[in-house]
Amino acid sequence: MSDARQLRRGAAELSAPFPPLLAEAEQLAATVMFGEHGRRRAGLGDEFWQYRPAAEGDEARLIDWRRSAKSDVHFIRQKEWQAAQSVLLWPDLSESMAFSSHKNLPTKDHRVRLVALALATLLVRGGERVGLADSETPPATGETQLLRLAEALASGREALEYGAPELRGLRPNVRAVLVSDFMGDIAKVETALQKASDRGVRGALLQVLDPAEEAFPYDGRTIFESMGGQLQHETLKAGDLRRRYLDRLAARKDELTRLARASGWQYQCHHTDSSAQIALMWLYRALEQR
Amino acid sequence: MVIGPIGFAAPALLWGLLALPVLYLLLRAVPPAPVRRRFPGVALLLGLKDDESQSDKTPWWLLVLRMLAVAAAIIGFAGPVLNPDGEVARSDAPLLILFDGGWADARDWDARRARAQEALAEAGREGRTASVVMLTDLPVEGVLFQAANGWNERVSGMTPNAWEPDFVEAAAWAENLTGHFDTLWFSDGLAYEGRPDLLTVLQTYGAIRVIEGGRPTYALRPVVYDDDALRVVAVRPTEGIGAEVEIAVHGLNPAGQDSILAVGTADFAPGDTEAEVAFTLQPELRNRITRFQISGHRTAGATSLADDGLRRREVALLAAGNERETLQLLSPLHYLNNALEPSVDLLDGELEAILPANPDVIVLADIAQLTQSQTRDIAAWVAQGGLLVRFAGPRLAASDISRDVEDPLMPVRLRQGGRSVGGTLTWGEPKALLPFPENSPFYGLTIPQDVVVNAQVVAQPDPALAERVIAALADGTPLVTRKSLGAGQVVLFHVTANADWSTLPLSGLFVEMLERLSISSHTALPAPEDLEGTTWVGEKALDAFGSLHDVDTVITTAGESLLIQRLSQALPPGLYAGPDRQIALNVMREDTVLRPATWPIGTVIEGLTLTPETRLKGPMLTGSLGLFLLDVLAALWLTGRLWGRSIPKSAMIVLLASALPMDVKAQDDAFAIGVTTDVVLAHVLTGDSEVDRTAQAGLAGLTRVLNQRTSIEPSSPVGVDLERDELSFFPFLYWPITQNQPLPSDEAYAKLNRYLRGGGMILFDTRDADIPGREGANAVALRRLAGSLNIPPLERIPEDHVLTRAFYLLQDFPGRYAGRDVWVEAAPPGAEQIEGMPFRNLNDGVTPVVIGGNDWASAWAIDRTGNRMFPVGRGFTGERQREIAYRFGVNLMMHVLTGNYKSDQVHVPALLDRLGQ
Repeated sequence: MSDARQLRRGAAELSAPFPPLLAEAEQLAATVMFGEHGRRRAGLGDEFWQYRPAAEGDEARLIDWRRSAKSDVHFIRQKEWQAAQSVLLWPDLSESMAFSSHKNLPTKDHRVRLVALALATLLVRGGERVGLADSETPPATGETQLLRLAEALASGREALEYGAPELRGLRPNVRAVLVSDFMGDIAKVETALQKASDRGVRGALLQVLDPAEEAFPYDGRTIFESMGGQLQHETLKAGDLRRRYLDRLAARKDELTRLARASGWQYQCHHTDSSAQIALMWLYRALEQR
Repeated sequence: MVIGPIGFAAPALLWGLLALPVLYLLLRAVPPAPVRRRFPGVALLLGLKDDESQSDKTPWWLLVLRMLAVAAAIIGFAGPVLNPDGEVARSDAPLLILFDGGWADARDWDARRARAQEALAEAGREGRTASVVMLTDLPVEGVLFQAANGWNERVSGMTPNAWEPDFVEAAAWAENLTGHFDTLWFSDGLAYEGRPDLLTVLQTYGAIRVIEGGRPTYALRPVVYDDDALRVVAVRPTEGIGAEVEIAVHGLNPAGQDSILAVGTADFAPGDTEAEVAFTLQPELRNRITRFQISGHRTAGATSLADDGLRRREVALLAAGNERETLQLLSPLHYLNNALEPSVDLLDGELEAILPANPDVIVLADIAQLTQSQTRDIAAWVAQGGLLVRFAGPRLAASDISRDVEDPLMPVRLRQGGRSVGGTLTWGEPKALLPFPENSPFYGLTIPQDVVVNAQVVAQPDPALAERVIAALADGTPLVTRKSLGAGQVVLFHVTANADWSTLPLSGLFVEMLERLSISSHTALPAPEDLEGTTWVGEKALDAFGSLHDVDTVITTAGESLLIQRLSQALPPGLYAGPDRQIALNVMREDTVLRPATWPIGTVIEGLTLTPETRLKGPMLTGSLGLFLLDVLAALWLTGRLWGRSIPKSAMIVLLASALPMDVKAQDDAFAIGVTTDVVLAHVLTGDSEVDRTAQAGLAGLTRVLNQRTSIEPSSPVGVDLERDELSFFPFLYWPITQNQPLPSDEAYAKLNRYLRGGGMILFDTRDADIPGREGANAVALRRLAGSLNIPPLERIPEDHVLTRAFYLLQDFPGRYAGRDVWVEAAPPGAEQIEGMPFRNLNDGVTPVVIGGNDWASAWAIDRTGNRMFPVGRGFTGERQREIAYRFGVNLMMHVLTGNYKSDQVHVPALLDRLGQ
């Protein structure tokens, strides 16, 4: 297969999920902003910063019509972001996130990408600098950064069974958002959080779980495999394991809560069968708090 | 191979069952395959152990299930057959089918014959030749084996014989047979002398199978007359549990037809083989008895023919008028009365009254003068077989009868005056009797010494006299003379019937002489030696099924052998007529005892009913498949794959299904409330949507008119389904007839009849009054539909019917068509118009049906906006017709709802008048 064709195919594969994801994320973000405006309450900053002429790519609804009515040029009113911050996103894109227990449910990583991108959109619209924690996409602002993020989120898939938070380029006062199922080694999460709090970085932990992972609706003789197939566990009566599995899951959640509280982070568990907006709202609020 | 009642077509496959233990080990070692699931949460599961360590073996019940399934499959493929037939050792030898063929076979002859035909059919399939022999009718030329199929029709025509088989003869016959053959012996289950011998003989030729069984055998011994009661004894071969058999007494009813005169029940106590029934019947009835028969057992053995032994002869005694006041002992009839009374039924009365009763014997004691017509009638009666016995006496001696010319009712001519011997004024001694000559019926009777004759009438010498004398005095003068007249006889005793002229009536000889003259009845069967020299002719023959038939060939037999000869083809049971009486030869003798047949040990005995063979292969394999299906479900359940996410759906369906009936009930209630809140016009749903829509619209139009014009305010009409809906809510049903309307079910008809009885009205509309001709297809359909309805007699609406004036005054009842007659229930036949009244007084009832063909619904029909749906006639005339149609509808509803009220109104003037107002 020639390089050109491979490239083209790769590009097609890349671009295929990209516009829907971006559009979906923007749609999601729009609901949040709309709601905020409706309540006459400012978002990440409520002080007037400047008017700037509207450029290509600006949405019509961002135009400040009162200001624009005074002249022939359309202006966009930008607000001041009081403490301009960088937000580092770490969406877990490991194998385990590709799980969906039902055909009507999105996979976990789809939910993660969606929420991450929507959050990025919100933040970028709010003037924040958003980047990915893997340091390939350093924090930046602007529509281009959104496109870059979208590309990175759409294509990324780590070849790990379980994702381990990798926070690079941490600087003080950076916010971090870790979105994962946190099914992997909890020690790595702890290490990452420790490292972050050492540097004064705070943020939010969003645990995204499939309903099946919460309910464990299995029975009978079963071999459970991890998504990558590296881990296996065979049982003869899966139903008997339910209680103990749920105990362990609760313990894991408790551990995460404890870690978050200890390092000043916030923790929330999100299920893929509930609306993505809930997760987005929670993340948004979590970042609002300073 | 046969195990119990089950045989196997391919028994070799059953070895496969040996593999089951191996399968057991294999299955036990291999638990159900696990499901592989991708599950991120596995990280949390690592290290968890299962509780039950042994559950990696297949659970025992699943093992049993699988073993059963495999075993069922193996057995199924081995071809199991329940009640396999044709499993007897296959043989190519000819098949001899042997029937006992006696009366006892008749009780279930059809079953025997069918079974024999089955055996023949089977022999035909196997290519064997066969022969069918009945032991009561042995083929002279030996057994002729032919293709089995050819026998089938011949067997259909075979019937058993009434007599019992003669096994001694049969054994002799069988010994002369040659060749090798198998025997299928249909035994009637009774023991006969010589049956074991025949079995032994037949066993030398080949295998024997015996078929026995069927209904229990019962038989009746001949009736015994005893103490005014008829005693019948029913017998059975085996002491069994208690049983009751009904014994019917058959006889001729006054119309001369066979009927049952009496019924009795013979009650067999458990362990008894005999049961007796006594019948006490009036002489009239008793004389008419033809046979006794066990009800429901139509065999010759269960039939006991009655003969003359049962009959009491009717003897009419007539004497000259009793003008003389005499002592009883001097009565001319006293000794006759005493001699005859024990054994015969005596008649007395006027000759004119007695002759139509057709007595067997008329005794005229000293009656000389008979009118011409009496003489003619008696002569005619004698000619038909009557026996006229006359006694002499003073009157006869004094009369001129048979003096010069022989009187037809006198055997001889008489000399005038008679004679007296041994009296005070006469010579000689009283005369004794000569011994009776050989040709006399009295031959052989001993004459007591004290019998003497003092006076007698004397016969004129005559060429024919000598042969007419059957008893004479010592001097040779005739004492008793006799002559034949037609089929009957006239006998004259030349002495009186009392002791005036002789001592004969005082002696026992008198009674014996009367007996010999067949005047008194034969109460007992004559002894064989009594019958010597007589010839008996078969009149009716009894067949094996207990019915009497005329004999086709003349059967005559000598009297001496009649009662002792074995019944056979030459002497079938039946009624035999002799010189002076009938004797019934019954299959059963008085001493016959029925015993069950016994067979030596080792004889193959089969039942009569052949249980049809049932192939079990299909059910076994189906069962096996079902077990495997169960296994699939169980395995799915074990692996947790049975309960998919479809459970909520099915649960929903179950919930919905359980909720539905309540909805239906609620719907019913709503319907009932809806149609009973107001008057509702209803039409029967015909299934033709066009007709139903028209009917609905028509009733809507009528409803509107009723609302506008009358106090009847119906709500919207409804269509009713005869099968489903309750009819009693509706006072009125409009039923348009369509040709292809299905017949309502029986329940629907019951409902309709209840509706009509309860005062409902149905307007049948054949909608074909526009078609000229007598009767359209719809009328035929109406006839079909209404056939099961209780519809009273009908008539065309009479001019004074209440329908003509219930609201409007009408004389025509048009709908969309005008002209066809309209029919209602006919007025009661007695209804007459009273002078001066305009109408007949027809007050009772509402006609349950109105039948016509004017298509009223179309005339009434309006659409949703209130416009007429169908044109009626042309122009104004048409509109007028529509108006009349509406008026008919109004009248009809008035009639339905007010009944005869409107009819009563007619009488208001008269009532007021009567009140004096």
